[in-house]
Amino acid sequence: MYSASDLRKGLKVQIDGEPYIIIGFDFSKPGKGQALYRTKMRNMITGNQFTQTYRSNDKFEKPDLEERTMQFLYSQGDEFHFMDTSSYEQIFLTREQLGENISFLMDNMEVQVLFFGDRPIDITLPIFVNLTVTRADPWVKGDTSGTDTKPVTVETGYKLQVPPFVEEGDKIQIDTRSGDYMTRVKE
Amino acid sequence: MLSLRGLRHRSLLLQTVRNFFFSRDYLEVDTPVRLPVLIPEAAIVPISSEDYFLQTSPELCMKRLLARGAAQLFQICHCFRKGERGRLHQEEFTLLEWYHVGWSYMELMEECEAMLQHVAAHFSQSISLTSPWQRMTVDEAFRRFSGIGAQEAVDRDIFDEILVERVEPELGWTRPVFLYDYPIALTSLARPKPGNPELGERFELYIAGVELANGFSELTDPVVQRDRFIQEIAGMEGRQALPEKFLRSLADLPECAGIALGLDRLLMLLLREQNISAVLPVADSDL
Repeated sequence: MYSASDLRKGLKVQIDGEPYIIIGFDFSKPGKGQALYRTKMRNMITGNQFTQTYRSNDKFEKPDLEERTMQFLYSQGDEFHFMDTSSYEQIFLTREQLGENISFLMDNMEVQVLFFGDRPIDITLPIFVNLTVTRADPWVKGDTSGTDTKPVTVETGYKLQVPPFVEEGDKIQIDTRSGDYMTRVKE
Repeated sequence: MLSLRGLRHRSLLLQTVRNFFFSRDYLEVDTPVRLPVLIPEAAIVPISSEDYFLQTSPELCMKRLLARGAAQLFQICHCFRKGERGRLHQEEFTLLEWYHVGWSYMELMEECEAMLQHVAAHFSQSISLTSPWQRMTVDEAFRRFSGIGAQEAVDRDIFDEILVERVEPELGWTRPVFLYDYPIALTSLARPKPGNPELGERFELYIAGVELANGFSELTDPVVQRDRFIQEIAGMEGRQALPEKFLRSLADLPECAGIALGLDRLLMLLLREQNISAVLPVADSDL
């Protein structure tokens, strides 16, 4: 159990049988009054957010959350299938659950799948992924637009801005947290 | 942690505060930080120091001195309150507390206004301190910003939540505001309002949504004070002794008014800082 004084940004708690992550937190205490813990929560399954003020004696259960290393196998319609590399157990998450992660997901990629009890609810990608550029317009010399980047598309269909020297067929490293270009990868 | 420039500002703040009080014939006192028994306050958790406690405020010792005949006292000291950490809270913080014999909370509000204007004149103006400062009863503020009366909020046990969520964020933006006349249950150390014993003569100062100071017409009746302390202890976990010597000394305490003001928060407002740790010479997180 957590008590309200344990609350802080990033902590995960269980409320009404569902896991929540604290995305905003503020300690306040009016003069001569009691400590109040003002929190903003996000439901880790539905994504719904709410704000609530708690008192010192409020208690919270720890959600049964576990991360397992799994390999991405294939997608079928809106279902994305993963396999536990040690037990060979297979599960899937939906396109909606994966959200923007889909932009960086490649066959055989190892990811961390977050389970709430038996239920997969989210994945964490490796911080850096290497993807091949499938479409890049040649850099036009004398471009007067004033930018020093150009748009390219990578094999997952994700589009991003890269330096002019990146060409079709190049492999580039992308930071999955920001979605930004990091460097060109030589193989 | 403060920059060298910030340290100069902090030093200037301490100096101008002292100048103000010396120019008005106050005595500066420095009373013990470690006390064997504290004034019981249900919402304040002290930090122990062997058989003693670190002070949560200098009120107990300063009133002992007033009872011995001192007429005007001020103190700048560190106080300690366990578990208070946040944008506006540090477990160890700097309090300015002062008392004036013969005054009620009304005169003290005026002096508080004069003191802050004196101090702020030494800083490039960052907050609006234009006179006259607004005065609003707690009940008026509650009705205006939440639609619920202050006494009703106490009865429904939602006073603190409404204050923090609905009332405080609205206070003191165009000019500072004093909230005054609190429901008696929230005024353990204040005198009941003559003619209206449902209220206590307590006030709080707000500037830019930040609670800066808390003052009272002090309760000087030892019998009533003992009852209030017993009620306060009833709402606390564990046992707490009553400060018997303090209660005895109240018999000699003349009518007076006192106020405590958070100096770290004042410096935050003067320097437009958003977090209290930014105005400390060395913050907890730097240690």
